[in-house]
Amino acid sequence: MIEIGLGHYLCLSAIIFTIGIIGVFLNRKNVIIILMSIELILLGVNINLVSFSVYSQDLVGQIFTMFILTVAAAEAAIGLAIIVIYYKNKGSIDVEQINSLKG
Amino acid sequence: MEYILLFLPLISSIILGFFGKLIGNRYSGILASCLITISALISLLIFYQVLAEGYSSNKLIFNWIHSGNFNVNWSIKVDTITAVMLVVVCLISSIIHFYSIGYMEHDPHKTRFMSYLSLFTFAMLTLVTADNFLQLFFGWEGVGLSSYLLIGFWYKKSSANYAAIKAFVVNRVGDFGFAIGIFLIFFFYKTVNFNEVFELTPQLVDKNILFLGFELNLITLICLLLFFGAMGKSAQIFLHTWLPDAMEGPTPVSALIHAATMVTAGVFLIIRCSPIFEYSQAALNFVAIIGMVTAFFAATVAMVQNDIKKIIAYSTCSQLGYMFFAAGIGAYHVAIFHLFTHAFFKALLFLGAGCVIHSFKEEQDIRLMGGVWKKIPYTYILMIIGTLALTGFPFMSGFYSKDAIIEFSYLRGNTIGYYAASVGIITALLTSIYSWRLIFKVFHGKYNNKKTNLKSVHESSLVMIIPCCLLAVGAIFSGITFKETFIGHSSSYFWNNSILFLKFFPQTHPPIWILIITPIIVTLSIPISYYLFIKNKKIIDNLILKNKFIYNLLLNKWYFDEFYNFIFVEPIKKLGLFFWKKGDLGTIDKYGPDGVSKLIKLISNKSINFQNGYIYHYAFVMLLGFSILLTYFILY
Repeated sequence: MIEIGLGHYLCLSAIIFTIGIIGVFLNRKNVIIILMSIELILLGVNINLVSFSVYSQDLVGQIFTMFILTVAAAEAAIGLAIIVIYYKNKGSIDVEQINSLKG
Repeated sequence: MEYILLFLPLISSIILGFFGKLIGNRYSGILASCLITISALISLLIFYQVLAEGYSSNKLIFNWIHSGNFNVNWSIKVDTITAVMLVVVCLISSIIHFYSIGYMEHDPHKTRFMSYLSLFTFAMLTLVTADNFLQLFFGWEGVGLSSYLLIGFWYKKSSANYAAIKAFVVNRVGDFGFAIGIFLIFFFYKTVNFNEVFELTPQLVDKNILFLGFELNLITLICLLLFFGAMGKSAQIFLHTWLPDAMEGPTPVSALIHAATMVTAGVFLIIRCSPIFEYSQAALNFVAIIGMVTAFFAATVAMVQNDIKKIIAYSTCSQLGYMFFAAGIGAYHVAIFHLFTHAFFKALLFLGAGCVIHSFKEEQDIRLMGGVWKKIPYTYILMIIGTLALTGFPFMSGFYSKDAIIEFSYLRGNTIGYYAASVGIITALLTSIYSWRLIFKVFHGKYNNKKTNLKSVHESSLVMIIPCCLLAVGAIFSGITFKETFIGHSSSYFWNNSILFLKFFPQTHPPIWILIITPIIVTLSIPISYYLFIKNKKIIDNLILKNKFIYNLLLNKWYFDEFYNFIFVEPIKKLGLFFWKKGDLGTIDKYGPDGVSKLIKLISNKSINFQNGYIYHYAFVMLLGFSILLTYFILY
């Protein structure tokens, strides 16, 4: 049985973080997937924080995580709301077609 | 009194220039004429005072430049020379202002014209009332400017614009010499005030300086440089090319500026500087030679020209030559006497020519005129008076002044003097031939103009004829009235030390033949010209056919324009084009402003691709930047 230490947690968080980032870039289909990927990035960071918090016996990291979770929930809600409105206006949430920021 | 005299023209110019629209075309001419007339009356008063009691004054207006030992005032110096010039300038100017009311009647820009004329009068007055070289130079440039403005008055005609630029540029060439002359004066005299300069001159007579590698006498050099300026302004040979072209301007301008006043500024300068010129025989000889050559050259060219104004312009050139060689042989008082009489009859001739042009509906070619003397009798008589005075017909004004020039040249008694006398006599013959040619071609013979009906040729209005009549009075009587005062035995009392004579003329009378030869030639040339130009034209035609070369040489004004074009204008044009195309456009603009703007456009066109609106690109760039920053902070 392998002893699960700090390194494993950090690896996991890094992998999740990377998956999130790659999800943001490689996704050409749907805005919701970008939203989910951002969620993943935040979770990766959370794992990082929690594992360091346990490792160094400091509660600040876990408290921080609680804040991040709250903010992430709020962000998800707002993001979904924006997407709903956007879909109503444009009739599509295809990432390829969302380029009205173009200068 | 002098203040009013000087500033009325300026006030008139400013009022008309800035508020002319409010006053309107009709009253602006009358206003300007009245103001200048007041000036003219004051100038007559001053002249009378000078005549009666030897009046002279130097009134300060203000201290213009005061820097170290360089002290220049703007002041009004009145002495005898100035008084004579004041009368000439103000009187002719006011007469021509009145004439312009009629001549420019239908011109929509009459107020502008009047404003320029007044400005010219002001500049000319500051020139003649100067008490130092710098103020003289200011007036000199001022009249140059107004001459430029007035030649180019009809700015929609491209030929007028070219003529204006030509006049300005040729004058710059002369002014260049003049300016260097003033610099030299300041460098060696430490002052530019006339009185101090004239007092110091005898001490510097033997001074030599190195100039352009030549060891030259300082006084001679200064005189030559000053005379160079005078050559430009007074259209002497080599710098004369602008004067005939300046006839593009309206006729009153030709009469006032390019015949009676401005072009005589050069003569005025020489006479004013007589206390310097008297100490340099070489410079005086040079002045005399240039004067002789110009007198002869311009008279020959005038023989074959066909434009009525150009004939008179070359005649002006020739008469200025007379004045210069009179000054060159040391007879300054005769030179200014000829200037005085010339102003009247030449202005009269020009105004008469203006009337003729008016009658023929803007026709200037004398080949297209003829046979109209019964239709326009007043103009005819006025032109005859002007011509008689110009040619020196006995007892007209030109007779006294021109014959005096020839007599004094003879009396001078040296080689230059004899040459001058003979050139004077020959030129007098040429003068009378071309003048009578003009009269006969314009007024006699057959009517040749197809464009205008003979019946529609009519006399000019009274507002044009009356000023001409005033000038005619001057042209007839100015010689006989002032002969004794100006050049008689007691004239030194009149000139009152304003002219310096080192070498006095012998008080003897010249031999009788030299006195009567000119009047005889002049009188005889009238019937001869009549025979040649009216009765038997074949002689002239044959002469032209046989001497085609000389005829073409004269018709093309001795090819001066072509020569200058070839030597100066074309190479400079090429040089300018080179600098413009290769230097300015090709180098400075290409790598300077244009290059930078092109580069920025290129970069921004490239960077616009970053902003393509895809969120994931933005996120990628953000991440990239974030990781670079992070890497930087971790490493350092």
